[in-house]
Amino acid sequence: MPRDDYEVVIGLEVHCELSTKTKIFCSCPTTFGGDPNTHCCPICMAMPGTLPVLNEKVVEYAVKAGIATNCKISRNSKNDRKNYFYPDLPKAYQISQYDLPLCYEGYVNIENEAGEDKKIRILRIHIEEDAGKLNHDEYGRGSFVDLNRAGVPLIEIVSEPDLRSAEEAEIYMRKLKSILEYIEVSDCKMQEGSLRADVNVSIRKKGATELGTRTEMKNMNSFRSIVRAINYEVDRQVEVIENGGKITQETLRWDDVSGKTFPMRDKEDAQDYRYFPDPDLVAIKLSDEYIENIENSLPELPESRKKRYIADFNLTEKAANFVTGSKYYSNLFDEAVEVCKNPKSTGNMLMSDIARILNEKEQEPDSIPFSGKELGELILLIDKGTISSAIAKKVLEEMFTAEEKNPNKIIEIKGWVQISDEGAIKEVVNKILEANPQSVADYKAGKDKALGFLVGQAMKETKGKANPQLLNKLFIEELKK
Amino acid sequence: MADVDKIMVEHIAKLARLNLSEKEIEGYTNDLISILEMANIINNINTDDVKETIGANIKYNVFRKDEIKNFENRELLLQNAPSQDEGMFRIPKVIN
Repeated sequence: MPRDDYEVVIGLEVHCELSTKTKIFCSCPTTFGGDPNTHCCPICMAMPGTLPVLNEKVVEYAVKAGIATNCKISRNSKNDRKNYFYPDLPKAYQISQYDLPLCYEGYVNIENEAGEDKKIRILRIHIEEDAGKLNHDEYGRGSFVDLNRAGVPLIEIVSEPDLRSAEEAEIYMRKLKSILEYIEVSDCKMQEGSLRADVNVSIRKKGATELGTRTEMKNMNSFRSIVRAINYEVDRQVEVIENGGKITQETLRWDDVSGKTFPMRDKEDAQDYRYFPDPDLVAIKLSDEYIENIENSLPELPESRKKRYIADFNLTEKAANFVTGSKYYSNLFDEAVEVCKNPKSTGNMLMSDIARILNEKEQEPDSIPFSGKELGELILLIDKGTISSAIAKKVLEEMFTAEEKNPNKIIEIKGWVQISDEGAIKEVVNKILEANPQSVADYKAGKDKALGFLVGQAMKETKGKANPQLLNKLFIEELKK
Repeated sequence: MADVDKIMVEHIAKLARLNLSEKEIEGYTNDLISILEMANIINNINTDDVKETIGANIKYNVFRKDEIKNFENRELLLQNAPSQDEGMFRIPKVIN
């Protein structure tokens, strides 16, 4: 396989919309959606004579993100203009940062798909404004500009080209997402475009030290398309080089439907943004005290939570990794354990059943529709013997789909309470024994497996409601007679 | 800084979406050369005793509180648009 002769080199520029109440340079709301051009004012519409004033929360959130990703924080920083024409950019320049970004030289630790610990370096994090949205209609009557999103604050997190596979890129981006969620600077809703990435891909012969020519895929907004696009692009580049061709440095568009990349049009003029300091804005100077205060205000980060879960709750490394992988899992876990005092079962339920259901629904942990308290109640019901773990799975499915989220009420409505009445179970046991004389004979001949079959039959008979421990005990008692 | 020549002026004009005639290009080339000569005089001033600054303004940290003020007048914002439709600016079709 020629692909094995090459090393893949990937760098990510992750754009993250900050969850401030107002835009970066004016007091318009940042709320997603809304009627077109209703979250706008003369400033974000670039009317002549208006002046931008920087939102203090944007600086605070960016510094938070910088500290949480082990960056150095600039004491002196400024905003620059990046000049280009596009109809979603009303000023014909984007206010961004060029040579003095707020944060620089950081890193995040990941565990890659091979289970190796890796440090992914971050080159810089800078603040900038988002562009508006262009709508196109199918009748070709033109394009329509909605500037609600114009001026929504973004941070751009630029990684070094340290990633070596599509899977590694996904793991890194998930880690970033989780950190940004923990420190509450963004809702990171990829489906709403709050988190998206420009992906740079190149390949080189294994052992080579120089980087190959890269291509860039812009505005990728799902993990799945990022992985698919990288894999497609690597295959394409290998093929070009193996056939004696050369990679051209260009911007590509990933098409999710055909599963291919296409060169973007109008790229024949080389990008030349002519950055220069924005004369409408003044310098940003941050004191040690300011930075220390932000550092002290940060919530507990995933790495530290993971250590705590292993030390205090005796979770396995795997479970602790999984639970702390998302703020939503971790908070749900903390709330549930508060109620049920059973960290092991809570961790297992998140890792197996809840993750499976989310996977089936193609949803992320932020869309779990019940509270940690309700999850804790469910585990308590298993621990008290009120329901079996088989029934618990069904209750969990209900909690995802039904209006009623309280597991106590769900089992009441559905009549799923476990049968722990010895007399009632004994009746079932005898009925099953009578119906399966062959299994009884097998068991008595030393085939322990036969017991499993009998218990299974009894469970079927009671629709999973029989208390499994009691069922086992009574079968053994009866079989010994 | 690279020397200003006709090719550079044509490039800048293209980036600025300006359609310049040959005569204008020649004129701007000469203008830009003298502007850069002027800037070069400043570049050569001895600044050994001058503290480094960021930007031209001595002020810094001019911030706004993160408080919403709704403008709430879309009609006013759109009134000068040559063409509009359903509350949006209508422009010639842009191909992605």
